[in-house]
Amino acid sequence: MKVSELIEKLNLQVISGEKGLDREISGAYVSDLLSDVMGNARENQIWITLQVHQNVMAIASLKDLAAVILVKGLQPHKSTIQHSNEEQIPLLSTTDSTFELSGKLYALLNDSQ
Amino acid sequence: MNLEFNIEGGNFSRAGHASSEVKKMLKQLGIDARCIKSIVIALYEGEVNVVAHAYEGRILVKMEPHKITTEIMDKGPGIADIELAMQEGYSTASKAVREMGFGAGMGLANMKKNTDELTIESTVGEGTTVKMVNYF
Ligand SMILES: Nc1ncnc2c1ncn2[C@@H]1O[C@H](COP(=O)(O)OP(=O)(O)O)[C@@H](O)[C@H]1O
Ligand SMILES: [Mg+2]
Repeated sequence: MKVSELIEKLNLQVISGEKGLDREISGAYVSDLLSDVMGNARENQIWITLQVHQNVMAIASLKDLAAVILVKGLQPHKSTIQHSNEEQIPLLSTTDSTFELSGKLYALLNDSQ
Repeated sequence: MNLEFNIEGGNFSRAGHASSEVKKMLKQLGIDARCIKSIVIALYEGEVNVVAHAYEGRILVKMEPHKITTEIMDKGPGIADIELAMQEGYSTASKAVREMGFGAGMGLANMKKNTDELTIESTVGEGTTVKMVNYF
């Protein structure tokens, strides 16, 4: 599934990084601890988090993640948006909690296999 | 071939910059993708440790056929008990740093897991040198 399809299906808001909307998704990783993501997330996964600072995009880029979804309507810092555009990694947002979003995403990715 | 980068202590907005440059170079050189992934994880953790715990640092990357050596040298407070610091979950990071999602105490463990050799030398009040070797 592509990031763009996911946005439609889960009704996500695109904040930035539109150039990366064609990226293919291999799964997802949920964590707010940066070392956990650095050590355990895998290429082309979606990262669900409540961290809004620019280091999130630095990690997304280093790990070749497909996109980042911020939960609970949290707003990113300006530098995070800038970094997302530079790296062409979509920064998305939902009003759902981490639990709600993860449940929906899990069901969706499982169904599409 | 050797590469060299500087790290600014305390400047979280630049954290990961050097790791990103090294990643680009290794990709250009056609280094094995799995090896790049491991080095990037270990190097990022080392870079963040200088930003979070030290004053300033330098990264040296030395490339040989089938071997990459990364050295991170910093001026900083040093590590009094390296064995304790290596334990997963141990962290002296401030509350502010922890709230950003850093300071989980997993950095050195990540470095250990993603390198073939890891050596840490440290002098309290002077600084720390981390040497990592990856074979591919
Ligand atoms: N370069 C360094 N200079 C001084 N202390 C360090 C350095 N690297 C690591 N440490 C010490 O080791 C601890 C554990 O490091 P690490 O496993 O990376 O976890 P974290 O950085 O999340 O605290 C740090 O909290 C710090 O006390
Ligand atoms: Mg660390």
